[in-house]
Amino acid sequence: MGVVTPGFTGRAHSGDPRLPPGQYLARDFPVLSAGPTPRVRTDDWEFTVVTESGEKRAWSWRELLALPSEKFTVDIHCVTQWSKLDTRWRGVRVETLIGDLTTSADYVMARSYGGYTTNLPLADLLDGQAWVAYEYNGKPLTPEHGGPARLLVPHLYFWKSAKWVRGLQLTTKDDPGFWETAGYHDYGDPWREQRYQGD
Amino acid sequence: MAGTAVSGRLAWRVARLAEARVETPTARTLVFDIPGWPGHLAGQHVDVRLTAADGYTAQRSYSLAAPADGDRVELTVQRVPDGEVSEHLTGRYAVGDPVEIRGPVGGWFVWRPADPAPVLLVAGGSGIVPLMAMIRARRAAGSKALFRLVYSLRTPAERYYAEELRRPVAGLDVTYVYTRELPEGQPGIPRRIGVATLNTAGWPADFGATSYVCGPTGFVETVADILLALGHDPHTIRTERFGPSRD
Ligand SMILES: Cc1cc2nc3c(=O)[nH]c(=O)nc-3n(C[C@H](O)[C@H](O)[C@H](O)COP(=O)(O)OP(=O)(O)OC[C@H]3O[C@@H](n4cnc5c(N)ncnc54)[C@H](O)[C@@H]3O)c2cc1C
Repeated sequence: MGVVTPGFTGRAHSGDPRLPPGQYLARDFPVLSAGPTPRVRTDDWEFTVVTESGEKRAWSWRELLALPSEKFTVDIHCVTQWSKLDTRWRGVRVETLIGDLTTSADYVMARSYGGYTTNLPLADLLDGQAWVAYEYNGKPLTPEHGGPARLLVPHLYFWKSAKWVRGLQLTTKDDPGFWETAGYHDYGDPWREQRYQGD
Repeated sequence: MAGTAVSGRLAWRVARLAEARVETPTARTLVFDIPGWPGHLAGQHVDVRLTAADGYTAQRSYSLAAPADGDRVELTVQRVPDGEVSEHLTGRYAVGDPVEIRGPVGGWFVWRPADPAPVLLVAGGSGIVPLMAMIRARRAAGSKALFRLVYSLRTPAERYYAEELRRPVAGLDVTYVYTRELPEGQPGIPRRIGVATLNTAGWPADFGATSYVCGPTGFVETVADILLALGHDPHTIRTERFGPSRD
């Protein structure tokens, strides 16, 4: 046990088994990002997947909307300690976008409008674990929450769910992205409290 | 991108309250002694962990309010009504009491004294904290970088670091924007930061300034959008958001 601070009792612990350690339930939907919110017009929007050998697929906004999508309800966890349970989204599964591309890459660098990047293992984006999401709570995703589209990888801390996502680069090497370069964990599992490098 | 790579696990260190200052009726500056503190950059934050007698813990992030000074670390905490951690830190938490602190964290929202570029600081409420660390780091390093601070507050009584900011500093311009109540005798009406404010009190887009914007989300969104509209390159605008997503 840590060092006890005299007089501190804390709020009655929610004891919710869906809340990872160190997280609390947020009633609102906080916004965190490193710079201004990019406003990306769907007319100009493009999403690309590029393999390690340079093979490429690209979709316009209308092409993305024409792909099979699904509605899903997931819990999300931000490294700044808030969590939201049962958030409702719509999007396209990442494996639908990777489709028939041939790759032996183990890693992915997600790239965003505005220059943000984040790295993930490819395996964490497959098997219905990750989406390119464009609706939240039945409405188009707003710019401050990453609209028109963001990556959604609910089983990792939320900085991995890149807002304003514009593409995925498949790579054989695990290079750190934006926050990972600034000291945050390479993987970011909320259940193991992988907040910072070395956790 | 400028990153401060952290090697090894960020350790929790025991910190003891050495000194506390009342900043406003709802905010308190806490000076901790943390033996072995590794130092930090202005703009970085720490995680603070409180443990109750039954083992329950709660942790929250707080910006460092002053540049590195040996084993001394300074935070300013705003009391959030019904806030689990801030109510304790601004209330019963007393000199000598321990907490655990780890950090420093964050390598993006930082100002380095070697950087000669002009700086615009835009603070909303308690968002002044990491920006004050930059002002203090500038002074400590004898930097000649030109600084402008635009500090938005509801009322004059909510000003943090009021005494210190009142003293004139060469190369630092301070502009206050009051949204609810003006200081006595000041003409005009309360208002929010707008295009005109940042056009006048900020830097022209082509001066190559770096802007640091910190405050509640709505505030940061508005200010960043205005800076973009005034022609600032998005890569020169750094933001840190804390506090509720709706004011
Ligand atoms: C990078 C960063 C830097 C920061 N720097 C500073 C700083 O310098 N100074 C500062 O004062 N703050 C700072 N903050 C904010 C700080 O981390 C805390 O969020 C703040 O102190 C509130 O924490 P709290 O435990 O007091 O409130 P919380 O208990 O987290 O409550 C916050 C609000 O949410 C509501 N709430 C939370 N949990 C529940 C629940 N389970 N049920 C019902 N309602 C709930 C509360 O009623 C309250 O309105 C920073 C945050 C970040 C991310």
